[in-house]
Amino acid sequence: MRLTCPLCGPRDRREFHYYGSDDYLRRPGADAPASAWDDYLHNRDNPAGLTRDLWYHDMGCTAWLVVTRNTVTHEIAAVEMVADPAVTAGGDRT
Amino acid sequence: MTSPGLKAAAGRSATPFVAAEQGFARQPLKLRPKAGLMGRSLHEAPMRYSGFKVITQGLFGNRGWQPAWRDPAPKPEYDAIIIGGGGHGLSTAFYLAKNHGMTNIAVLEKSHIGSGNIGRNTTIVRANYFLPGNSEFYSHSLKLWEGMEAELNYNVMHSQRGVINLFHSDGQRDAFARRGNMMINQGDDAILLDREGVREHLPYLDFEQTRFPIYGGLYHPRGGSARHDAVAWGYARGADSRGVDLIQNCEVTGIDIENGVVRGVQTTRGAIRAKQVGIIVAGRSSQVAAMAGMRLPIESHVLQAFVTEGLKPVINHVVSFGMGHFYISQSDKGGLVFGGDLDFYASYASRGNLPMVEHVMEAGMTLMPMIGRAKVLRSWGGIMDMTPDGSPIIDKTHIEGLFIDCGWNYGGFKAVPASGWCMAHLMATGTHHEVAAKFRLDRFATGHLLDEEGTGSQHNLH
Repeated sequence: MRLTCPLCGPRDRREFHYYGSDDYLRRPGADAPASAWDDYLHNRDNPAGLTRDLWYHDMGCTAWLVVTRNTVTHEIAAVEMVADPAVTAGGDRT
Repeated sequence: MTSPGLKAAAGRSATPFVAAEQGFARQPLKLRPKAGLMGRSLHEAPMRYSGFKVITQGLFGNRGWQPAWRDPAPKPEYDAIIIGGGGHGLSTAFYLAKNHGMTNIAVLEKSHIGSGNIGRNTTIVRANYFLPGNSEFYSHSLKLWEGMEAELNYNVMHSQRGVINLFHSDGQRDAFARRGNMMINQGDDAILLDREGVREHLPYLDFEQTRFPIYGGLYHPRGGSARHDAVAWGYARGADSRGVDLIQNCEVTGIDIENGVVRGVQTTRGAIRAKQVGIIVAGRSSQVAAMAGMRLPIESHVLQAFVTEGLKPVINHVVSFGMGHFYISQSDKGGLVFGGDLDFYASYASRGNLPMVEHVMEAGMTLMPMIGRAKVLRSWGGIMDMTPDGSPIIDKTHIEGLFIDCGWNYGGFKAVPASGWCMAHLMATGTHHEVAAKFRLDRFATGHLLDEEGTGSQHNLH
């Protein structure tokens, strides 16, 4: 599997560290109820199909990436920078 | 280097199978009268298997064997429905019928019995857990394994050939000594082997290498392996013979809930009403739970495993490497069965990626170079229902009558009997079985974690 890093181009999967679902981009506010933190840390849609998850290019440019990919076919649809404001503008699910 | 506590273990480990003494086993299958088949006499009381039967059937052309279970059409209503005809689902159905007298139940399987992880895993059976909450559960499970063949009248080829977990540093030795003492405290067996002790059992390891020197191993003699398909078939046959309907090619497409109470399920073979529904679908737990509006603390990952061509006996134990992810045993057919760690990203692809293949092969060659000439026949990837803390869930849900048994991570095979035993207990009595009381669905929210590896409660850590 290769991921096409927006900064470095197509790179081998070994260069990247998988962090988890992009739920991690929607951190609850400090005054959020415990259930919001449980959803943020533990509960997942875990889709069989298209998913968005976070990868860290630790053997490359050290950028955090949002990868849109298919969990059934391993097809990669998009790789975007977490630092890109358009990517993280999705809002707070909780 | 054996600690005093572990010496005591060596003595205790000589005690043979305690299962019978504790009443878990040795209860012969009762031949059920026809009336017990609830009006359906698709076959007579189930045929008992024996060596004598094999010989007499062989003499007469093997024409007298009967199907091991019926192929019933779904009834409109059951007392309880189990979604998922894998190892855990089938053992739950079996123990619901056997321990709790619930026979008006059905197991719904979207494909065929045993077509998921129970039909493709690395078959290791052990009770070497550390934490209270896990330790007593796997201890109970191992006792059930020891009585399983007699209980099911089925040869599951359970072989207590011993599990040896190797360690390669002082720190690892201390950790394994501590784990061994916990296993002994639980009543199971553990022997701390030094380097020469390991060499007696496993002379073929590369002891001479300097990078990952072998300091010793934790030997768990009652651990071993079993024939995975046979476990599914044995429980299927045992459940069927007690009146449980095993309904194959029947995919659940919806769960009917009214006012917070489960009413039944929608399936590809029509609607089926039920007072209770148990979700026992391993890697697909998130999809089925979503039918009930639930979002689980589960991320499904792929775990690869490998099998070589058949060889003469070379590896007599289950062996794990402590400096990389690698474990191996040899099947009774002769193939070396081995694997490593997860590919470490969410996946339902049932196949893995090459970096983990490379790692597993490297680790294997580092530990036991003798396997280098063996040809790998096949590899596969199973879908693992990973929880944040690496421990399972057997619990009620917020919906009355809806239960869930999931989150077995990469260790579900050894848990098959006790998972069914405890899930059946929960569904039949409404209370958690004492050995599974900590497998709660809400433990992540409340902080009562079962983090066996001590790495934290986060999806990418186990």
